[in-house]
Amino acid sequence: MTEIIQKVKNLSIGFKSKKGEEILILRNISTNIKKGETVGIVGESGSGKSTLALAMMGYVKHGLYTIGGECEFNSSNLLKMKNRDLEKIRGRKIAMIPQNAGQALTPNLKIGYQIDEALKLHSDLKEEEREQKISELLNKVRLPSPETIALRYPHELSGGQQQRVAVAMALAGTPDLLLLDEPTTGLDVTTQAHVLELLNFIAKDTGTSMVYVSHDLGAIAQVSDRIIVMYSGEIVLEGPSRDILKKPIHPYTYGLLKSIPKLSLAGLPQSMPGSQPQPGTMQRGCSFFDRCDFSEEKCKSNSPQLEYLEELNTSVRCFNHKSLMNDSQVNQTVNKIKTSLQDKEILNISEVSISYAKQNLLDQVLNRISDDNPTVKDININIKKGETIALVGESGSGKSTILKSIAGLLRTKGGVIKFDQKRNLPSDLKERDPNDLRIIQLIFQNPDESLNPNHTVEEIIAQPLKLYFGLKGEELKKNIKELLQKVRLGEFYMSRYPRQLSGGEKQRVAVARAFAAKPDIILCDEVTSALDVSVQAAVLNLLQQLKEDFGTTYIFVSHDLAVVRAISDRVAVLYQGRLCEVGPSKDVYQFPSHPYTEVLLGAVLEPDPDIKPKLVAEDIVEEKPPQKGCSFQGRCSRILGDICKNEIPPWQITNSGNSIRCHIPLKELQKDQIN
Amino acid sequence: MLFLIIKRILLGLITLFIVSLITFVGTEILPGDACTTYLERQAFGEQLEACYRRLGLNVPAYERYVSWAIGAIQGDFGYSLSGEMPIKEVLGPRIKNSLVLASAAIFIGIPIALILGIITALWRDKLPDVAISTVTIFAMTIPEFISATLLILIIAIWLEWLPGIVIVPTDVSFFELLPNIILPVIAIAMIMTAHMARMVRSSVIQVMASEYVQMAILKGVPYWKMVFTHVLPNALLPAINVVALTIAWLLGGVVVTEVVFNYPGLGRLVIESISNRDLPTVQALAIILASIYVSINLLADLMTLMLNPRLKTLQIRK
Repeated sequence: MTEIIQKVKNLSIGFKSKKGEEILILRNISTNIKKGETVGIVGESGSGKSTLALAMMGYVKHGLYTIGGECEFNSSNLLKMKNRDLEKIRGRKIAMIPQNAGQALTPNLKIGYQIDEALKLHSDLKEEEREQKISELLNKVRLPSPETIALRYPHELSGGQQQRVAVAMALAGTPDLLLLDEPTTGLDVTTQAHVLELLNFIAKDTGTSMVYVSHDLGAIAQVSDRIIVMYSGEIVLEGPSRDILKKPIHPYTYGLLKSIPKLSLAGLPQSMPGSQPQPGTMQRGCSFFDRCDFSEEKCKSNSPQLEYLEELNTSVRCFNHKSLMNDSQVNQTVNKIKTSLQDKEILNISEVSISYAKQNLLDQVLNRISDDNPTVKDININIKKGETIALVGESGSGKSTILKSIAGLLRTKGGVIKFDQKRNLPSDLKERDPNDLRIIQLIFQNPDESLNPNHTVEEIIAQPLKLYFGLKGEELKKNIKELLQKVRLGEFYMSRYPRQLSGGEKQRVAVARAFAAKPDIILCDEVTSALDVSVQAAVLNLLQQLKEDFGTTYIFVSHDLAVVRAISDRVAVLYQGRLCEVGPSKDVYQFPSHPYTEVLLGAVLEPDPDIKPKLVAEDIVEEKPPQKGCSFQGRCSRILGDICKNEIPPWQITNSGNSIRCHIPLKELQKDQIN
Repeated sequence: MLFLIIKRILLGLITLFIVSLITFVGTEILPGDACTTYLERQAFGEQLEACYRRLGLNVPAYERYVSWAIGAIQGDFGYSLSGEMPIKEVLGPRIKNSLVLASAAIFIGIPIALILGIITALWRDKLPDVAISTVTIFAMTIPEFISATLLILIIAIWLEWLPGIVIVPTDVSFFELLPNIILPVIAIAMIMTAHMARMVRSSVIQVMASEYVQMAILKGVPYWKMVFTHVLPNALLPAINVVALTIAWLLGGVVVTEVVFNYPGLGRLVIESISNRDLPTVQALAIILASIYVSINLLADLMTLMLNPRLKTLQIRK
């Protein structure tokens, strides 16, 4: 048996509520981390996974305290250790890679200094040796020109680079155990795949044990040997990675896996009802009882214990795991999306370009925008009534920018946006009449910020109804109730404030508000990114249902390609504000033809240990689109030469109606798909 | 960077220009003028004419503004009506006295404020924080005329340790002034220190809760080293602007304290000139106090620019 490096025993952490009750964040957690293994801790927000990871370093956040149990490292309990002794373990024996490196690097200190600080604390190297070591570390995490990076401040690096610096900093003390708290969550798909590959390499190269905390089963699947699934502060399932992902024997994990959209499957995944109970609201019995498809009478009053199954080397907290064992192959069934596509085009975007360049005084006087290389350029998309079209691309691809321009929130530099083939929508919001504003509604990414915290749900939904239709009194109330019913929220939600709702419920209110205006087009800006996976599926299903009921057209922006696959009829791939490929989802996903589409789809992480991401291009961050030629020339692995650098590629149209903007002839682009 | 500095300086100059216009127009549209308000019932005939000629009020307003502005730039603010001498000479010693008072308060107040702020933040919700925070809130809420009067009552009248009010000629030397300013300095420093300490406290607490401080702890950085390298530089940056505002307030706004202690500074001059209807002096004071505010804020902005790496490198990214 391999050596155990960290032993968590009956750990409970919690806080005192205002009423003096003890509220548990972690409930009686026990697990072991062995030398050299990578353990994935997965759970949704509020499951206690980050608290657990921090406790493994002997760190408990301000306001929380240890109620019982211990975290044993080298046979001493970290949670009882003095700070002076902890300082010798943190960074040297156990190191942390934080979720958001941009926030976790001290803003006033140079990168080199911050790594040097760790070296000074945890090694006996002399100054010159340390300098060399810094370069070595930065090299190891594959950062270009380490010497110059070391002299920069954190804000001068891109998100992916910051994350790599955080990895280098953690490696500086050559720790035995690395704790990773959602290390790739804020990154682009391609960057995320590259960082994960780097972490895998480091784990193999140094033999370091890792604890990888994430809500993303796709990322967990790529790195872990063993997976711990957490639900409302408890371990509900723990076992070898492959078994858990392929044959989950706990209903929560089973439902979670089913609710994740897959690239290979069109259609909406099944959603899990309800949401995770808040800490302190736990009832007697199984905490998953309310949402469970397999529950029985005894689950309501008795809490199942974590049971170790020798033959599977798995621990599970469920009375019913045996029945799940028989048919738990995750055979994903999806709700096929019905397309109510009509031939009529509802929105024509032609030759649109948008610039973020600041106007100088002369331009302001002449009321013009001068920028020969605008952020977004040459956008031509015709959107049919009842269609769901998705704009995809990495951050900086201009997808949200285009959305803002359609909504009128951002002036275009040129081009025309025509509604219903009749009306040219003015680019300036002030020139749009109330009806222009009504026909296009927006749903934002983060309902916490898009809902006014001082308004009740009733007031929030009433606003568009009053504004556009002048409804009052009883009729207004009736309409609000109908809308709430449509988004599956009960009438009693009317008097609630946003803070009293869960993330999923808030987004439902935002959806209801958008539909209140009876719009023709709804712009969805990353509407599910802030939600937990199990809630995401429910919101996607709701959006689809409403679309079928009302015949609305969706313009859907997301960085999550699997979500886009699930909901959209057509996809437009953007790079650096230029279109690369537009076509039916089926074709774009099954036969990715544009080199950039291949890169994007290759980097998607699936919750399946057998599907590895394909890393085609480097994850360089480009600040600005190139002056001339193809927008993707800087990262393209199939670049032909000067023609790509100098000439804007032509549109090529395939038999299935897929338009691709590339210099490589169609035949060659398609030949690749067969291999 | 350079462009930014030039822009700030230009903006400051524009502010001053607007202030000068407002004070000039303000005194212009008031009924009567400097001579009639000053001469009161004698404001007629030969005497009024003489006054007009002496102040140059017999030319159109815009010409007067231009000649006044040109003079002001060169430090010549005209003639004080009540002091019967050039305003420049009235102002000189007053500015010096105010500077002495302000710098004494600053040198005592700022270090104490920083130390108290940091202590309260680091021992948040513990005994040192509760004790100091209670005292600072008291010091902040008691109006200065009450605290100043109490100081006079206790230290000057009951204990007879220090003079209660300042009875010295305006142009007294620095060392003769020193024992006289102890009480006014305490009165001013109390409020100022309390304000700043609370501001530093909240700023340090905010930084202590940041992810990069948590990261530094998890990196194994010893506590006090972390406080000095990771916390304080980031926490004190926003405090610079508050300190600047406090200094500006000290130089011109401590009217009440100066009056209570009979201190011959700028603040008391404001009151005196207003009650003497000495409009040229009021004008001069307005522009001088405005310049102090503008230049100290400019200095604070520049310091923030220098210290903040984000602004220093000024990389433009979306």
